[in-house]
Parts: sequence; structure tokens; C-alpha cells
Amino acid sequence: MRKWRCMICDFIYDEAKGLPEEGIEPGTKWEDIPDSWTCPDCGASKDDFEMVPID
Amino acid sequence: MAATSAPIVIVGSGHAGYTLAREFRKLDEATPIHIVTRDDGCAYYKPNLSKAFAMDKDADGLVQQPPEQAAAGVAAQLHAHTAVASIDLDAQRVVLEDDTVLDYGQLVLATGATPVRLPALGPDAVSVNTIDDYRRFRAALPEKARVLVAGAGLIGCEFANDLVAAGYSVDVVDICSWPLPRLLPEAQGRALQAGLEALGVRFHLGAGIAQVADGTATLDDGATVDFDLLLSAIGLKPNTTLAVAAGLQCGHGITVDAAFQTSASHVYALGDCVDVPADDGAQPMPYILPIAHAARALAKTLAGERTEAALPAMPVIVKTPACPTLVCPPLNSAGHWQVEGTAPDLEAVFTADDGRETGFALTGAATKKRGEFAGRMPPVHRVD
Repeated sequence: MRKWRCMICDFIYDEAKGLPEEGIEPGTKWEDIPDSWTCPDCGASKDDFEMVPID
Repeated sequence: MAATSAPIVIVGSGHAGYTLAREFRKLDEATPIHIVTRDDGCAYYKPNLSKAFAMDKDADGLVQQPPEQAAAGVAAQLHAHTAVASIDLDAQRVVLEDDTVLDYGQLVLATGATPVRLPALGPDAVSVNTIDDYRRFRAALPEKARVLVAGAGLIGCEFANDLVAAGYSVDVVDICSWPLPRLLPEAQGRALQAGLEALGVRFHLGAGIAQVADGTATLDDGATVDFDLLLSAIGLKPNTTLAVAAGLQCGHGITVDAAFQTSASHVYALGDCVDVPADDGAQPMPYILPIAHAARALAKTLAGERTEAALPAMPVIVKTPACPTLVCPPLNSAGHWQVEGTAPDLEAVFTADDGRETGFALTGAATKKRGEFAGRMPPVHRVD
């Protein structure tokens, strides 16, 4: 399981936790999140989000 | 895209200006972009200004990219520390205060907003709306200082939380009856107040500041509050001076259509300077999410395909860890709140007078229900 950080606003997506409040189940891999998904904090899109693995 | 396309000129280097430039560069790598800014042109994320202590960062630490790097990242020519002197709509030309003349194919105003100032707060009151403001604020903040925050709105409460958690003594004064009165029903405002009070914040509500002298504020009700630094967080006013001078139509902010075009052709605007074209009435929405949606659509328009921005319901996160709060502001205040739950875990839905649910607010553990509530809300602007 990995974590991804939004380079715009520092929002963290943790694959282990998912985002149940948005219907993304715990354990959902980054690549399995739809391309139309946007950062819940700043609205940046997945591709330009420049998310980087932090561990 | 041909490299000969006439340049795009963006006025403003805040989140709106850079987000638009970034989105545009995904579609067009060739058209020249000029970014004109009164600031230094660095890239930073403004919402972090009111949680910098929690992030253990100072002003420099909040800079994500220095000016040259930020401009290079979107292949733009940066005109920093430079104001626009005038806009000639007919000639499609912008003149800068240093007499530089920029011809534009398309012009984008991302001029932001300015904190409202109240004369009663005196000349020494500090307000924070840019990273330079924040740098001055931190430099003027003595260790263990007593900070008086004028304004119990979103920014005032966020700063109060960040400062008290960092060990500062914090008083908040506002003429309103509970925090965030325009965004939250009383029960949730009280929950937020209780959360901040538990950290040591002292609230003085129902009275404004009558006058300030020698580090003491006298309130309307005669009470006094001593302080070392007065932080003014009364509200924001869209920066429309340039637009008005150019003859562009303005309301509270710059008037734009659903594609964020102003009343002039080839001229667009987005961010805190505009009245967001909401279906329930255009109005300023000085938050982050509208910028993301506007920038994505406007980038397409600038690249040649006029695109209206579909604006979904856009919840605003209030960065007050003392009482997590999320609000999707009702766009029309005619209606009523219905609140359920036990404080601080409260969920509230705003029902407009016509019976539609048009807003919600969640506090405490209820903030986890964000997705469920957001899905119930109508979009801010529907595109068919």
C-alpha cells in the first residue's frame, strides 16, 4: 500500500485507507481511481496533480 | 497549435493565475504567456497561510516554487512587482506601469481580492491575504504575543485555531452572535466556538471594536481587550479597479458569463475577483474549488474551444482542527437550516424557501459524511 501527495495542496491519498466518504474503498490502488477524480481539497485533477509516492 | 498565436496575458500570479496557466499548457505548449503581478510571482497555496504553524512552516517555508521556477514551469514570461497601468480593449493591449506594452490575443484578469479595512481598527491592524502579508505578520508577531483577531469568519477562526495551538494568546471579537454566521447555523457555530474555547481562545461576540489605542481595543459594549497585535479578518472585497477602469461590467466582482468571459470579447476573469456565475445568482466565491473548475474550462476556451464551466456543489473545508468543519454554502440566504446530531458532531441541511436543499454544513465526526451530503446538492452551475 502506498500514499500519494497532492503537490498543490498537500492532500494525502492513502491507498490503505481509501476515501470511503467519496465511495473509494480502503485498499483502492492509485491507478484504479478514475481519471475523472479530482483532489477533494483543491480540485486539481489526477493527471496534473503531480501526485508523488511518499513511501 | 501554431507558435504564432497572439500572446495570452494573465494579470495576477495567485492560485487562479498559475492554475489557469498550468491547465492551458496541458493543451497548448506554444502560445506565449505573460504573467503580470504586483507580487514577486512565487507559487504558494493560499489556504496554507492560516495553518502554517500547524504545518511548522514560516512564510518562506510556504513557498512551493520561487518566481523563476514557477514561471518556467508554465513557460511564461513573468513581469513581477509590476502593476497594470491601463487596458485598451479595442487595441487588445495592456500597458504596464513601467511603460511595457503587451499586445494580447486573450487577456485574463486574476486580480484576486483585498481584505476589507475598518477605520476603527486603526492604522496598525494587520490583514493577511498574500504570502507577503504573511511574512510581515510573522515578523511583527512577538513571542507569546497576545493576538486580537477582528472577525469570527472563516479566516478569523482559522487563524485563531492556528495561533492558539502554537502557544499564542488569542481573543476574537465580532459583532455577530456566533462564529461563521453566514455559513453555519447557530448550533454548529457554537460547536466551533466551544472547540476553540477549549484550546483557550476567548470570544467577544455581539459587539464590535469601537476604537483602538495603545494596545487596547474598546468594544461597543465598553469592554476592553489588551493585545500586542491586531489581526483584521473582516472579509474580502474583489479587486475590480482595473476592470472598472477598462469599462468592463462589474457587480460585487467582475461580471463573467458561464465560460468566464467578461463583458468584453477576448477578456476573461477567474478567482476571487469575479462574481461566479451561479444558477442561483452570481456572487463572489473566494474559495479554492471554483478556481479549479473555472481554470479547466477556461483553458479549453483559450485553446480555441469555447467551454462553459460546469460547477458542481463545492464544499469548503474550514481549517479548524479544534472542531473539524465543512460547509457547502447556500447561494441564496432565503431559507432555513435544519440541524441533527449531538454537538460537536452535527449535520445541517439548508432548505431554500422553494423547498430545494441548497446547502449543508457538517461539524465534528459528521464531516466524514461529506460525499453523501455533497451528492444531494444541486450544482452551482449546470451545463447541459
